[in-house]
Amino acid sequence: MSDATTSGGILLVLAIVLPAAGVLLSLVAGGRQVERIALILLPSNLIVASVIFADLWRSGRQLVYIVGDWQPPLGITLRADGLSAAMMLTTAVVICVIGMFAHADFDSRAQPLETREPFVFWVMLMGIGCAMNLIFLGGDLFTLYVALELLTFAAVPLVCLDGRAETIQAALRYLLFALLGSILYLVGTALLYGSYATLDIVLLSQRVRMETATLVAAVLMTVGLLAKTALFPLHLWLPPAHAGAPASASAVLSAVVVKGSFFLVVRLWFGVMPGMLGFAGAQLIGALGAGAIIFGSVVALQQKRLKLLIAYSTVAQIGYLFLMFPLAFDPVSAQLKSGGALTGGMLLAMSHATAKAAMFMAAGLIYAGLGHDRVAELGGVARALPMTMFAFAIGGVCLIGLPPSGGFLAKWLLLDAAVASGQWQWVLVMLAGGLFTSGYMFIVLSRAYQSPSEPVKLRVAVPKYREAAVLTLAVLSLLLGLVALGPVDVLQVRPGATMAVLR
Amino acid sequence: MTILFFADVGLVLLVLAIGASTIFVRKAFDAVIAFVVYGLLLAIVWVRLSAIDVALTEAAIGGGMTGMLLLGAVARLRSAELDSPRIGLRVRLAAGFFCALVASCLAGALLLSPKAIPTLAPAVMENLVHTGLGNPVAGVLFAYRALDTMLEKVVLLLALLGVWSLAPNDAWNGIPGLRVYERPSSTLTFLAQVLPPVGIVVGIYMCWVGANEPGGAFQGGTILAAMWLLVIVARLERAPSIGQPWLRIGLVVGPITFLAVGLAGLVLANAFLGYPPGYAKALIVAIEVTLTISIAVALTMLAAGPPKQEQQ
Amino acid sequence: MSDATLFGLCGAALVGIGLYGLITNPEPLRKILAFNLLGSGVFLVFGFISRRAAADGFPGDPVPQAMVITAIVVAFAATALAIALVQRLLEQTGRATLSSDEPVSADKSNS
Repeated sequence: MSDATTSGGILLVLAIVLPAAGVLLSLVAGGRQVERIALILLPSNLIVASVIFADLWRSGRQLVYIVGDWQPPLGITLRADGLSAAMMLTTAVVICVIGMFAHADFDSRAQPLETREPFVFWVMLMGIGCAMNLIFLGGDLFTLYVALELLTFAAVPLVCLDGRAETIQAALRYLLFALLGSILYLVGTALLYGSYATLDIVLLSQRVRMETATLVAAVLMTVGLLAKTALFPLHLWLPPAHAGAPASASAVLSAVVVKGSFFLVVRLWFGVMPGMLGFAGAQLIGALGAGAIIFGSVVALQQKRLKLLIAYSTVAQIGYLFLMFPLAFDPVSAQLKSGGALTGGMLLAMSHATAKAAMFMAAGLIYAGLGHDRVAELGGVARALPMTMFAFAIGGVCLIGLPPSGGFLAKWLLLDAAVASGQWQWVLVMLAGGLFTSGYMFIVLSRAYQSPSEPVKLRVAVPKYREAAVLTLAVLSLLLGLVALGPVDVLQVRPGATMAVLR
Repeated sequence: MTILFFADVGLVLLVLAIGASTIFVRKAFDAVIAFVVYGLLLAIVWVRLSAIDVALTEAAIGGGMTGMLLLGAVARLRSAELDSPRIGLRVRLAAGFFCALVASCLAGALLLSPKAIPTLAPAVMENLVHTGLGNPVAGVLFAYRALDTMLEKVVLLLALLGVWSLAPNDAWNGIPGLRVYERPSSTLTFLAQVLPPVGIVVGIYMCWVGANEPGGAFQGGTILAAMWLLVIVARLERAPSIGQPWLRIGLVVGPITFLAVGLAGLVLANAFLGYPPGYAKALIVAIEVTLTISIAVALTMLAAGPPKQEQQ
Repeated sequence: MSDATLFGLCGAALVGIGLYGLITNPEPLRKILAFNLLGSGVFLVFGFISRRAAADGFPGDPVPQAMVITAIVVAFAATALAIALVQRLLEQTGRATLSSDEPVSADKSNS
């Protein structure tokens, strides 16, 4: 069964080519023009992602593009199924809003000559957009390796953008972990190519057999991708890196970048080899996820600085994402099923992206306004920055999982799957996680909404449009739960299946 | 068991020994020297594996450029205090056990693979006639998997920008602080005057011949970069400041040509990155030429490092 | 044992040695060296695959070779970025270490 390029397929090419062209043009046009290029490009990317999503929703079929007219296994295909389209749209929205937010920090036209920070920021942001689109659309495992490296090189300089020694250390550690992850992924692709002479995802899924080489490849690739996704216990690099970066950078790192390698883990196990994980493997991944939730939340509760608290919260939320593996495992057929648990997990990734970006941006505004982000001294900030704290609170509501937020719908789907399969241990873990999240959110919000002895004076005026950007993303995370009324079935569009036929 | 097999065994043992020494030797400088030797030995291994293109790339980039980067780094680190504590024995044993496990799983997977594994070689060679190329690796890089090659250039540029981003704020637009010789010896000056013309010719030849024989943009570009670096290190020319327009254009001319040809393929050949029949080889050679320039500039600037001084 | 298998096993051994160096050596420059060793081991695995996949008449499968060429360039870029970070760290703090005493050893409990 060979693919054919579908009618909307050219959009897939645009999704990758536009940001790449943006990077190239920026290097030539120079630092003063880069923001203009980015502010044309990011909305264009959003439009392309929306059209792809709408096309998928309407037709119920995935979009395919065969690059260069060479059929796989010789050539490379780009494919957009339900998961890709949903994640692409979320990522595009988040990056767009972050772009609006970042204008104040990284105004590239402020100086007569090209300056370092704005130039690097905007080019890397476009690079991240290109890399993420390639991750979501790439249909070949080696193309996905190139995408992973693109993502790493775009993300690492954002961590140490301010040039302080601690952030450079954090960036170096992040780079080393990321490189270890990519090289383990690469050796896995070598073994898979050796066994099946193709790295095309759909062809592999048809040819894959339970064999030593395939098993070793799968384990190595997963370990590598888990290191890049900072799943416990390979999470050491994340908190200093995400907390040390400038606010817009932290937002894009926690919300978007980390989801890239996560998406590849999902593609690998749900797409290429759903029958190979086994009960024990699924439970192991779930256990690591549980460890991340407990560990991340407990450490978050102890944090004295807001940005570190949010970063450890990311560590915990990443654990939640991996709970979908034991919950999607169907013991009868010994396969990972693309059902409610998968939808729940992806919805959780999407709502975490919007909520976490909003929270990091809010923390950035608080830092700019107060001059510090110490949790104990946040008293009165809610009165000084009401929109910001409200957005932060809504983001927290989504992370805790209260209705009607996306987090609520996602956790409901996961709990549903857990109860249906009788895996009560994960129900307990999810409830405990929810409690912990409420705990650290409560700490922050209670401090912020305290009335201090004297009103807080802001160091700098915080522009309303920045607060509005934060609020937009937070409200979006709240409204994601309403997708239950409409496009949630889009996530079920899979290769070879139409929307009418759900597994 | 032919004599060649024993030679191969000897080569492998040498490679493993020198490779291990880069890890276990005390002083960083010795480790880097060992690494350069290791890189050259690896190139020989690749020749034995009948992968000449890879051997050239490994010798040029893996051994040569990486070795140069590491030597520069270790020279600066020599003066720094080295107070990192040694890792405890128990942790080292645990790590050693774990790594041995990984290596043996990998070895097992390789040994257990069947004698005749599936291959794409026939498909590659069959379709090569459509591209007009004679070098199958070039066919894979620029025709079948052109998207990967094109995006990998963007990866290279992002890495370069990342290196540049490490400059202090006021040194942006300045000149890379590549360590140059204060008073280059007469030998170095002589070499830097004599070698580059030869090197440039070899580099251009390497790029040109890559369509039909082993070689290509990466190998040619690396040789050109090496020549340029030689000239800079010997103080015959200054490193360019990173804001120079011609530098920026040089960096992107390769990927932009690639992208333009790819988009033209939408109209002329029915698919992005497709080639119209009959023109494939000409287009690919054009891409390779511009890519050689871009790779040469990018590799030189990557080795030169972040800007240090203000542009004068 | 054919020559391809010999080099493949060499690659596997290099992966183990490089991984060990990456995990246990506390200095960042030695970690970068170890990463390069690890990478070259992985490339040799590709080389084994390429040689083994030689059908009649062809010396090897060009697809893995092309992948290795791409990966060599990417690894060089990674090394350049990592070294630039180490040197910047050195300039700023006078020392080139990763701050905590723990090396990249957290993944030893996994497999």
